[in-house]
Amino acid sequence: MPTNLASGAEYATVGQQRWVWPGFALPGVLWLILLFLVPFYAVFAIAMGQLDPILQRATPEWNPFYWDLTVMGEAFAELFGGQLGVIALRTLAYVFIASLICVLVGYPVAYFVSRRAGQWRWLWLLLILAPFWINYLMRMMSWVNLLSPDGQVNRWLTTIASWFSIEFVPPDWLAGNHVVVILGLVYGYIPFFILPLFAALDRIDEATLEASRDLGANNAQTFWRVTWPLSRNGVLGGLVIIMLPMFGDYYTPNLLSGSPRTRMYGNTIDQFINQTTSGGAVGAALTIILMIFIAGLMVYYLRSISRASQEARE
Amino acid sequence: MTTTSPSRLRSAITNPWGKSRMLPLVTLLYVLWSIIPVGIAVLFSFNSGRSRSTWQGFSTRWYVGDPAAAESVLYDPSLRFALNQSLKLAILTMLVATPIGVALALGLARWRGRGVKASNLLMLIPLVTPEIVMGVALFLVFAEVYDFVPFGTWTQFLGHVTFSISFVVIIVRGRLFAIGRDYEEAAMDLGASQFEAMRRVLLPLLAPALVASLAIVFAISIDDFVISQFLIGGAETVTIPVQLYSGARLAPPPSLNALATILMVVTIGAITIAGLLFRALGKRRGERASALESVAGFEM
Repeated sequence: MPTNLASGAEYATVGQQRWVWPGFALPGVLWLILLFLVPFYAVFAIAMGQLDPILQRATPEWNPFYWDLTVMGEAFAELFGGQLGVIALRTLAYVFIASLICVLVGYPVAYFVSRRAGQWRWLWLLLILAPFWINYLMRMMSWVNLLSPDGQVNRWLTTIASWFSIEFVPPDWLAGNHVVVILGLVYGYIPFFILPLFAALDRIDEATLEASRDLGANNAQTFWRVTWPLSRNGVLGGLVIIMLPMFGDYYTPNLLSGSPRTRMYGNTIDQFINQTTSGGAVGAALTIILMIFIAGLMVYYLRSISRASQEARE
Repeated sequence: MTTTSPSRLRSAITNPWGKSRMLPLVTLLYVLWSIIPVGIAVLFSFNSGRSRSTWQGFSTRWYVGDPAAAESVLYDPSLRFALNQSLKLAILTMLVATPIGVALALGLARWRGRGVKASNLLMLIPLVTPEIVMGVALFLVFAEVYDFVPFGTWTQFLGHVTFSISFVVIIVRGRLFAIGRDYEEAAMDLGASQFEAMRRVLLPLLAPALVASLAIVFAISIDDFVISQFLIGGAETVTIPVQLYSGARLAPPPSLNALATILMVVTIGAITIAGLLFRALGKRRGERASALESVAGFEM
């Protein structure tokens, strides 16, 4: 950084600068150490701490040399071969299917609004941004309204059935229906997928596409060989943004079903932490497993991003 | 190209993104699907009857209905407390997280030395930490380590500020890099001290980013569910999203829809005011961020 050393006054500021900027950062850094880093470590300390024999409460063990791996081991045993394994597989399946639907629906939407919407682009953009200003729980509650036994969906279906004089027994959509939970996840998270993808598609220079057509590519070739590769990072980024919270989601399956049939991994964590008083250590162990999984996902994402930018440079 | 239907069909398969009617149709259906359910929920908050599926006429009884029945947002204590708690937390969080975040952004952008890389990483990790992980971590730390902090407004406030700081840093840092150091250095060449240059040159230039930060922190705090729920104290610390979560499956009256609608209006109002201020401040300085940048930065 070029520093101006012309006058005596400047010397004073140069001297100041040594502590000024770290001084500015200090409150924020301290806050994050005390309320992010320490809590993060406390999860490990509690998962591998001792269980108080009388109160049956987890006591944190801060020294890694004394960490007790019993609870962690039990959690892993449950994961590979117990009920937790079934829940984890179900969570993977839900998240995978919901993400796939998000890509299949979200890509055309983002593509249309960024490149084909014409003069009404601002209106379309406003409409795809609208869900951002509406609370997630309100959006889920709206579906609970619609899908409840005497809700609109069953009324419409009954009406339609009566036109064709079909016997129709209104089902209870909110009692362990896999499709309802998956569509609920899609409904909840798809705006967060569309937005980064929109930004990526929006950045593609029209001249690049024209060049591709000038060189003889047809529309399909231009799309698959130019647009799609250029938007791949947007798709990946959008997927990371929606998959991270989906893996820890517990409120969507709880609101739209509440049945053990649709339990997700997050529900188990919620159960141990929020609904029992002595589940701290188990809840912490389950959280560590989730963190390891998500860290793996992030590493994969960062690697594929850097690989893609390397390819682009070559 | 011929426009006979087999070739049309073929082109729709090989090139689904061509000039077809598919794209606008898919987008239109998506937008309708994303907005209609919420629209119906808002509509039924104005229902004059107790049902949330049979329309019985327009009324505002679920918003301001009579005190004796205590069933409107205004007079049902649990709903009113939730509204109070959400607003209180959002305003407190906004006022505390924004200055801390702005200072951190300044510090991280200009501090050269040991510790800056680690601090940067520490600031970035909360952005990719799923809320449930942060919720569990904060819950455990307040239960077992910082047990002098009582669960309730205090823990919720501390939690909200923690996840908000990084958002402020990201917003302000972008603006800081765009401004550069030239203006400040010019002011200092003209005799201003470091702090004068900051107060009279840098701070006014940062104003749009400050407004955006305040609005975003307000919006993400009032919108938050997971952290508020993990760090909840008693019934009086229930926030609106927590109330929506616990009430939605219990066949509630339309007053719950009214509460949700109020939350939506408050959020949209805050963002709109911030957007207008942002544009006004940007214009005055003869520059405007692209529309997307200003909106896309909000939320998330």
